[in-house]
Amino acid sequence: MTEFTPDESRPNALARAWDSDIAYSFRRSPLAIIAAVVSLIIILAAVFAPWIAPHDPFNPATLNLMDGFTPPMEPNAFTGNVYWLGTDNQGRDVFSTILFGARISLFVGFMAVLFAMVLGITLGLIAGYRGGWVDSLLMRVADVQLTFPSILLALLIFGVARGFIPPAYREAMAIWVLIVAIGLSDWVQYARVVRGATMVEKSKEYVQAARVIGAHPAKILLRHILPNVMGPVLVIATIGLALAIIAEATLSFLGVGVPPTQPSLGTLIRIGQGFLFSGEWWILLFPSLTLLALALSVNLLGDWLRDALNPRLR
Amino acid sequence: MSDVLLSVEGLTRRFDVSKPWLNRVIEREERQFLTANADVSFEIRKGETFALVGESGSGKSTIAKMIVGLLEPSAGTIRFDGQVMDFASGAAMRALRRRFQMIFQDPFASLNPRWRVGDIIAEPIHTFGLLTGAAVRQEVGRLLELVGLSASDAAKFPHEFSGGQRQRIAIARALSSRPEFIVCDEPTSALDVSVQAQILNLMRDLQDEFGLTYLLISHDLSVVRHMSNRIGVLYLGRLVEIADAKRLFVEPQHPYTRMLLDAVPDLALSGRRRTPVTGEIPNPINPPPGCAFHPRCPHVMDICRQIVPAQTTTASGQAACHLLTQDDHRRTREPVA
Amino acid sequence: MSTPILSVRDLVVEFPTRRGTLRALDKVSFDIAEGEVLGMVGESGAGKSLTGAAIIGLLEPPGRVAGGEILLRGERIDNLPPEKMRRIRGRRIGMVFQDPLTSLNPLYTVAEQLIETIRTHIDLSEKDARKRAVALLDRVGIPAAARRIDDYPHHFSGGMRQRVVIALALAAEPELVIADEPTTALDVSVQAQIIDVLKEICAERGASVMLITHDMGVIAETADRVAVLYAGRLAEIGPVRDVIQRAEHPYTVGLMGSIPTLTQTADRLTQIPGSMPRLNAIPQGCAFNPRCTRVFDRCKVDRPELIARAGGRQMACWLYDAAVQGEAENV
Repeated sequence: MTEFTPDESRPNALARAWDSDIAYSFRRSPLAIIAAVVSLIIILAAVFAPWIAPHDPFNPATLNLMDGFTPPMEPNAFTGNVYWLGTDNQGRDVFSTILFGARISLFVGFMAVLFAMVLGITLGLIAGYRGGWVDSLLMRVADVQLTFPSILLALLIFGVARGFIPPAYREAMAIWVLIVAIGLSDWVQYARVVRGATMVEKSKEYVQAARVIGAHPAKILLRHILPNVMGPVLVIATIGLALAIIAEATLSFLGVGVPPTQPSLGTLIRIGQGFLFSGEWWILLFPSLTLLALALSVNLLGDWLRDALNPRLR
Repeated sequence: MSDVLLSVEGLTRRFDVSKPWLNRVIEREERQFLTANADVSFEIRKGETFALVGESGSGKSTIAKMIVGLLEPSAGTIRFDGQVMDFASGAAMRALRRRFQMIFQDPFASLNPRWRVGDIIAEPIHTFGLLTGAAVRQEVGRLLELVGLSASDAAKFPHEFSGGQRQRIAIARALSSRPEFIVCDEPTSALDVSVQAQILNLMRDLQDEFGLTYLLISHDLSVVRHMSNRIGVLYLGRLVEIADAKRLFVEPQHPYTRMLLDAVPDLALSGRRRTPVTGEIPNPINPPPGCAFHPRCPHVMDICRQIVPAQTTTASGQAACHLLTQDDHRRTREPVA
Repeated sequence: MSTPILSVRDLVVEFPTRRGTLRALDKVSFDIAEGEVLGMVGESGAGKSLTGAAIIGLLEPPGRVAGGEILLRGERIDNLPPEKMRRIRGRRIGMVFQDPLTSLNPLYTVAEQLIETIRTHIDLSEKDARKRAVALLDRVGIPAAARRIDDYPHHFSGGMRQRVVIALALAAEPELVIADEPTTALDVSVQAQIIDVLKEICAERGASVMLITHDMGVIAETADRVAVLYAGRLAEIGPVRDVIQRAEHPYTVGLMGSIPTLTQTADRLTQIPGSMPRLNAIPQGCAFNPRCTRVFDRCKVDRPELIARAGGRQMACWLYDAAVQGEAENV
């Protein structure tokens, strides 16, 4: 949006990004690199699931009940089909269900974080900039919300929201209700951090300079303050993504999340745990490992980002 | 007088520094106010540099902020070119706002680190709708060259510049709305002396070129003396003396002014006779009654402890001291007739 | 002349960074004689505070002393183990920093901090140490010292706190006090008082002082000799009166000219063009050569060493090289 673009003699954006302190810190942190690679693989696999997955687990036409309970890497006793990670009770390929499940989990996670972020940033900016009673009110609401465990809150919101939705739409709306429930239980963190950072930034002289010329408060908030408070927000968002994925899995595991027709990783784990003691361990194990790898790597990435953005630790 | 650009009358600002309501109720405490400025009046003439000098707690920055609308006065009026400044009225203020600007103390905080220098300088141009399209770019280039940088610097970010260069960028931003009046709040106190000299010289050159009027806020008497035509000395929120710059340093009328002058380290090693400075600035929440300076004043009289002295006209300006009105023979210096 | 209290020889301080090693101090040498006040001036980034930190062994990592020696009364202290260095700090070298709050622990009363410092270094009973602490506070100008000694640091105003810090620095009767911008955070009228106290009490106790500041005025009021740092190198060192009134190094000349004074009449200040180079871009030859008004070819190639001049002055400038001087006289 700038009208002042650098001339040709300066190194291009990519080269400068590669040379930046953040990139340097990334290159020097093996853990961050591994975490990034793992998250990237899972995210890409999820995004391209329809093209990668060997089977479409949700198309009944391609399913063969005879394929059910095939162990990993072994030919099925009746059909002779081999599945990398085995199949579940309905003959669905576990590998494919994981790809599609991760897709749902990541979608819910990203959307919930986005929702929480937009809500939290907006309220945080307003509370920090306006101060006074607006600030007191918003922060007391946040305090009250913080006293409840977020999973409990999400359950509550989920339950209340479902009550308002006509049964015919429940299935279709479930995923959105889930997103709102997780997002609403998570906005406080963003609001608090953004409020604090806004209070620091608004007293800085560049904001005063904009106020002297009578710039509109909305413009000051969006163009001046917002870009300067995004650093910590990115850190929370990354760690928040891991938390949101786990929250989604927890809710789905408890049976209140996405419907079984669109299973997420959490749903798969719930389904899988029913077969654990009858010996079909793979139905539970592989979705769980995927969830663990995804949540852990995203979390590690968030940890690294927090340290890299903190000038005191550098 | 017609050539007055800015006049300030009875400007007062109180800050509520009370504890939160619940604490007050529980601890049975009264509301507490800090009077940053009390009854400050002065005029700034077109084309001059008027300086406000004072130590911490003198409220000099509070005055600057009230003049540019960053803080609301608790009482008093500010007139700019004859019009009363009413910052609440958006539309009427827009035209006035273009005509004054501010330069801040800390060049590391006064430029948005995420914006390119060109966008920073162009912000006032866009906000006031002065130019559009390619003309903006051209104007930004012209301004950058005016302050001693190059037009190609517009594409860089603030962190690529040194403190002095950043202050030049801040000056270019202030000039971009083509103002007549610039409030300079400690413009060089964050800079090294050799860079300070560059910035002070630049400010002078720009004043000569564009006929600018400056309000210079500073704690540094040498800078103030070098830059200004008239000087107002503040102590604990009140003006104790206003005088012609040259005269103030030769014949200070107020004991506080004299003490300030004596406290300035003597670079010339002239061995000039100096009264040792004593005491510290009292807490502005509980200022001493009467003349706020009386606990440190070598000439204190009974009346100083009770009555706030009024401004009296002196040969070089005006001062608020009972010495000047009471007991003529006690005056340490006769005003030159 | 007797052994100087402090002797710094070719001190080099380096900061390894990922873009190469930065040399923040480059062969800095100076002495501080017994009872002398040496002023150390320079602009921000010139390395004046680093010099102080290197001497007391408190360089912030990754900074490290990469060369040279630091001698306290003839004994090397730059290579001492941290445990021994800790004993020297406080006992033999006292410190006063810019922000009094960083030198005082907010959780302990002034009495506790003073008495602890005294008793760590001097064998005294609690009672005697307290007596001594009260006397010290009284000496640095704290009114009602016997009562106020039991207050916490936040009960004192900025100027009073700095007085407490001075008392703390002098509690163990050190031979050398390193004062890093001791008055920068204070108001002018308070600054003058603090300078006086520092100067008097050090003179009284025979402590030498290394006064680090950016304020030439403070140096003029306080120091016997002054060292001017530029880009991590000494530009000039000499008696304060000579350096201030008859500056010879072109940088010092420019620096002095750029300071507005209460007596000057010129409309414009002398200004040095440009700014001090960053540490990763120090030019070849004399570090000042791109900004110097009297630069000649040699300045761009060879780095000038300190050249001794009459009256105890030393100058790192080729203009004062014997050969050049000779030529100048011939012309």
